[in-house]
Amino acid sequence: MMNNAVSVRSLRVARGGNEVLRDLDVFVKSGQVTGLLGPSGCGKTTLMRAIVGVQRITGGDVEVFGSPAGSASLRDRIGYVTQQPSVYDDLTVTENLRFFARILGVAPGRVDECVDLVKLGDNRASIVSRLSGGQRSRVSLAVALLGEPALLVLDEPTVGLDPVLRVELWETFHRLADAGAGVLVSSHVMDEASRCDRLLLMREGRLIADDTPEGLLASTSTEDIEQAFLSIVRHEEAAA
Amino acid sequence: MKSPHDMSTTSALSVRSTGAVTTRVLTQLRRDHRTLAMLLVLPCALMTLLWWMFDGLPGNGFSSLGPALLALIPFIIMFLVTSVTTLRERTSGTLERLLAMPMGKLDFLLGYAIAFGVVAAVQSALAVGLCVWVLDLTIIGSTWMLMVVAVVDAVLGTAMGLFVSAFARTEFQAVQFMPAVVIPQLLLCGLFVPRDQLPRTLEVISDVLPLSYAVDAMQKVASSTETGEVWGDIAIISAYVVAALALGALTLRRQSA
Repeated sequence: MMNNAVSVRSLRVARGGNEVLRDLDVFVKSGQVTGLLGPSGCGKTTLMRAIVGVQRITGGDVEVFGSPAGSASLRDRIGYVTQQPSVYDDLTVTENLRFFARILGVAPGRVDECVDLVKLGDNRASIVSRLSGGQRSRVSLAVALLGEPALLVLDEPTVGLDPVLRVELWETFHRLADAGAGVLVSSHVMDEASRCDRLLLMREGRLIADDTPEGLLASTSTEDIEQAFLSIVRHEEAAA
Repeated sequence: MKSPHDMSTTSALSVRSTGAVTTRVLTQLRRDHRTLAMLLVLPCALMTLLWWMFDGLPGNGFSSLGPALLALIPFIIMFLVTSVTTLRERTSGTLERLLAMPMGKLDFLLGYAIAFGVVAAVQSALAVGLCVWVLDLTIIGSTWMLMVVAVVDAVLGTAMGLFVSAFARTEFQAVQFMPAVVIPQLLLCGLFVPRDQLPRTLEVISDVLPLSYAVDAMQKVASSTETGEVWGDIAIISAYVVAALALGALTLRRQSA
């Protein structure tokens, strides 16, 4: 299962007169964890929104499993987690999941499975507004996992989580990828990059690198991803 | 560039999705004790205040103004509550999440309308019951008819609140719609100057404002046992409800800039 889950061709997005994405070509494969890295404001979220189909685009094509992004047929195949947890603050964890499960038409049994998957078993009856920021984003992640999506798009899902939990979540992402899902995870924490099968580096609305973590380190003769990123940026600026 | 799917209309109504939204909204309300208390107690308190104002005055001021207020209060309260609640859904990201899921736009709006309609029914039943059985509001028509009209008026407030919430970006702005949308209707509904005595232009305007029909219906129930015209008013108000919901569905965009 190494087909392209997502292929993006010449994608352009302008927002308020600013070119947020400039002629972006990128693909995401099923069965892999793909990391989307770059500084804050480089267009990661906009690209993810375009893939999910909630972003109005200025030009180019975004295809997901062969259909234009946002097609009705894709709505139950993509799990999307935004940076701000999109769940109801005034409902309990279980009530939130039960509601979204009904919308997705998945079996009620999935609710408990997903609560366990994000390790919120002890908090299932807690009102979301009383949870910590990290716990809240895990509720949001659990909602995205409900429908066993073939593509998971996760925008900075590990911000504010303790290191142990972060490792566990990355293991979950890999398990889902091993089961055949395409997983696209954004982060501005470069040290998370080494956990990905493949890395996409973005800067100012452009893709500046697309390689495995090892390949990236080798081609830039650097020791960590942060240095590799700087090396590529310097190289580009020298060429310009 | 707009992708073709954005044009596709919502799929057939789904009872499952609509029911899920209704249940969820009611669960949220049940959690929010203060809002719930305001929704149920406030109309009764205001009607009692009106009764008290006229207590001891000659004539029957309470019975002549009461029916109009029974139409206005549920309309205004449901308008406010609904516009702020739906706006919260828009700003929290949950609406975008739902629209990225297999959720019909009309299912979403109907789910809300039914949930708030249920609340409105309880609210109106309490206010009407209090007025008729405790405060001695004299009406010639039936009490049940008064309740039916009050519920329809509250649902009208809900539908209009759903619609205008699309034009507000913050809760501050949403609250500003109340003077903009509600007060002109309140002035022209016949409460201050009978509608047929308004300047011609204003009379025509009041003819197209839904609240005029809400107040008309209430006053007809109060003053006669004839129900034919009341049902006519109810039909007109219902048409406004359907139109507001349909327009509301158009404002729900699956894609944004």
